Amino acid sequence: MGVRRRAGGFTLAVNPILCDGFGHCAELAPDLVHLDEWGYPIVERTPVALSNLSALESARFAVRGCPRQALRIERVAEEERRA
Amino acid sequence: MIQAHDLPRLLHASSGRPLTLEQHEQAFPIGQRPGGLFEELEASGLTGRGGAAFPTSRKVRLLREQRNHHKFVVVNAMEGEPAAHKDQLLLSTNPHLVLDGAEYLASMIGAKNVAVAVARDNPSVVNHVTRALHERERRHRRGPKFELHTPPWRYVAGEESALVHWLDDNESLPQYRPQRPSILRIGHSPVLVDNAETCANVGLIGRYGAQWFRSLGTEQSPGTTLVSVTGAVARPSVLEVPLGERVRSILAAAGADLQPRALIMGGYGSGWLDGRHVDVPYTSQDLAPLGASVGAGIIVVLARDGCGIVETHRIVRWMANESARQCGPCAFGLPAMADDLGHLAHATRDASAALQRLMERAGLIEGRGACRHPDGVVRFVRSALAVFGEDFEAHRQGAACAGAHSRRHYATVPSLEREEELIWE
Repeated sequence: MGVRRRAGGFTLAVNPILCDGFGHCAELAPDLVHLDEWGYPIVERTPVALSNLSALESARFAVRGCPRQALRIERVAEEERRA
Repeated sequence: MIQAHDLPRLLHASSGRPLTLEQHEQAFPIGQRPGGLFEELEASGLTGRGGAAFPTSRKVRLLREQRNHHKFVVVNAMEGEPAAHKDQLLLSTNPHLVLDGAEYLASMIGAKNVAVAVARDNPSVVNHVTRALHERERRHRRGPKFELHTPPWRYVAGEESALVHWLDDNESLPQYRPQRPSILRIGHSPVLVDNAETCANVGLIGRYGAQWFRSLGTEQSPGTTLVSVTGAVARPSVLEVPLGERVRSILAAAGADLQPRALIMGGYGSGWLDGRHVDVPYTSQDLAPLGASVGAGIIVVLARDGCGIVETHRIVRWMANESARQCGPCAFGLPAMADDLGHLAHATRDASAALQRLMERAGLIEGRGACRHPDGVVRFVRSALAVFGEDFEAHRQGAACAGAHSRRHYATVPSLEREEELIWE
């Protein structure tokens, strides 16, 4: 186990074709995902810092809990996050 | 050789019948191209004519860098926009110019196969292309192998990833491409997709070079383009104009009212232009601040007795039905927006709440589909809200404008098909 670098951020990315609106992600990561009126996820577009461990943890739960495997964590470099 | 300032270029020597290969070679003799093919294409500054106006040379460069043995060039003549007729006209006046362009593109990226995609709902164009391909085959020319493909005619079937999906897997459904610019593939082979009109322009650049090409048009958007003018016009027509021409003179050439209520510029996924702005030059740069674009070269004229909200409602309802229903926000959001617009168009008691909902939903749907279809509809609705602001206010208060009662429609909208009747493969 090396030292994880916690620079940079992440966002959740949904594959809209795979997504069928089960809505598990909104329950597992309520801070990152909201549901629209049809039950499809609206994810936060502003990247969250990777050092925010609780947010990262819940994002991982959402990714693993998605029945259609439509969610992915996308890392964003530090410079892009600032910009 | 066609002189540099001569118009038409793309429709040169058109006679109402497609040019045969001999006639084509006489009409477009091989000229003196000053430099190498790719250098000339880069210098020409040609942008894609299919709607997005992406620089063709950047696309070609991306494909040149791919080190695969098999590559494809796809000529996209699907023409999903109901108001567009340019690819159809181009392929039934001069199919060989388009095919020449495809051949040039294939030689630039090193492709061995060229697929020409024409919607099967247009049998005469399919016949013209078939004949042109046979003519070429008989010549035993060296070069790429041509194939004709006939996907079903759907609005999103002409979207490049949907078209490549059809060629790959016989399904006209758009693909999810998180990274952009992304390279589309058939199997493992990279694909260069270009609009038929873009290919025809490449055919001209390959013959006569960049300087010749740039002699018409503006500095930033050089060349000529085909414009399909429909709606409230005396002569619905496809015109070839140099980019940068005033919109007013395009309208005059088609015999339109020169003080229209509004114009649809670019396509049903693009936007409305207020009729007061008819003096704007016809380039993407000049139209963008006004919320419109050159797009796929569509102008639909809405006469002064028309109602923009009714037209927007008809178009959005059809666009909602043309959704591939792969992504939730598009499959559910677009019909919801169409319903809201219906309340507004008929000035029902729910109109006030519908306007509120419409604006909220426009913000929610944007950017959440795999392709840009929902974004286009949202853009169209937003531009309608901007251009017909006063009419929306009147409709909201239950007093539909005079145009809504006249029951005259100007935009071409195909009849709605039931969901289970839509053909995707």
